[in-house]
Amino acid sequence: MASTLDRLIDQVRENRIWRSIFRSGTGESNLHRSLFVQQNVFLHLFSVKARKRTLEFSATWYLGALTFGTFLILVITGVLLMLYYHPSVPQAYVDMKDLQFVVSSGVFLRNLHRWSAHAMVFLVFAHMFKVFYRGAYRPPREFNWVIGVVLLLMTLLLSYTGYLLPWDQLAFWAVTVGSNIASAVPVMGGKMRFLMLGGTAVNANALLRFYVLHCVILPFAAILFIAIHFWRIRKDGGIYPGESAAEGDAK
Amino acid sequence: MSDPKDFVAVVDSDVRKTPRRIAFITKRTSPQVRVKDEERVMTYPEVFFRTAVAIEVLAIALVITSLRWDAPLEGLADPMHTPNPAKAPWYFLGLQELLHYFPPVVAGVLIPGLVVMALIVIPYFNINVEAEGLWLRNRAKRLRIFGIVVVVFCIFLAVYKVWVALVPTVIVAAFMFLAAQTDPQTTRGFRGWLASKPLSFWIMTWFLFELIVLTAIGTFFRGPGWSWVWPWRA
Repeated sequence: MASTLDRLIDQVRENRIWRSIFRSGTGESNLHRSLFVQQNVFLHLFSVKARKRTLEFSATWYLGALTFGTFLILVITGVLLMLYYHPSVPQAYVDMKDLQFVVSSGVFLRNLHRWSAHAMVFLVFAHMFKVFYRGAYRPPREFNWVIGVVLLLMTLLLSYTGYLLPWDQLAFWAVTVGSNIASAVPVMGGKMRFLMLGGTAVNANALLRFYVLHCVILPFAAILFIAIHFWRIRKDGGIYPGESAAEGDAK
Repeated sequence: MSDPKDFVAVVDSDVRKTPRRIAFITKRTSPQVRVKDEERVMTYPEVFFRTAVAIEVLAIALVITSLRWDAPLEGLADPMHTPNPAKAPWYFLGLQELLHYFPPVVAGVLIPGLVVMALIVIPYFNINVEAEGLWLRNRAKRLRIFGIVVVVFCIFLAVYKVWVALVPTVIVAAFMFLAAQTDPQTTRGFRGWLASKPLSFWIMTWFLFELIVLTAIGTFFRGPGWSWVWPWRA
């Protein structure tokens, strides 16, 4: 049975159309496995081989991978939530109630998005401290550390802009507290706050701005920087192997 | 042929400088390699498979969490009615706690700005790259400098009555000075480990400790008018 299934899968993968898309073929050799990574535009961000030691749990606690995992969940649930959401006052709040009482699995969808968002903020911080305490920020990885700091700030901004969208009391006042801090910036604080909110107070304009930032600008910026972050791992010689290990050349 | 010459095998990773490396093994030298290259595995399937499992475990945990606990949703936003206390998202509550003690330009702009700057420049300072134990050299001089810095900083926090930031500072400083009294060459265990730690370790650990304490206090111990409350009595 299994062999029939295997043969069927192999037949599909040997098919002309399949081969025109995925060129690595059906082999099990290291060459085929290398091609699998090299000939895929997304996987090509990663190197073909990795040091075995860096895959141990203690090396990274998989915190970077888990952070990316939360990001994936957030993109999927976020797109689904966008189907039910209008960034206007007070419709945004009505949509929350619809998610609660009308949309099937609406509560679950919103819960998963919210808890994943909290998890992502936590994991980004955990990832940063883990990288620091391992000493993995040291050259040649120093610029990837800087990109990591940029991604930390983007994560905070993503979470913060998303916080306003339910348009409930919690959202409104949390963002009011935050935007008041922006006005404390010397000289241009008031202007910055006005630019951020599209007005002098948190209102419908602010909701629309935060929505655009949250759903378009920040996610695309984050995807760009995540891609660079992953690609730099390969360019900087793989995941930091630890102090005593050999450091190979960048591949 | 010229005279036989002794060559030393060196580990050189700069391919631009030495594109080809040849090691001559003569009678008096041995092909000893200082560090062995590590065992490597194929990214596909090894790395992708492990990563996928990790992400799946996380996804299951988040799904269970989402089935068990509902995300908070309060009443419709009302600009006329301010809740007391009005709190920022949890990851900003450390800053909001500092806002309680310092003017907004300090707690809201200066401190976060300095933290971000400090994080960015970490890998560009040789002292952090070499990461030598803080007390290995110039121990007496460094003890004087850091003693003064810690005391002045603690007085500053005490003047502003920032006890919540003072306590973690004192605890981390206590460990730092304990490390100064330890010889890393002869001591084993926790104290020996502490004594080998560089300056960046102490600063980052202090930052992490402050971050956790301030965030926890802002989240759980602050009630109406930002007054101190005990979470188990509320």
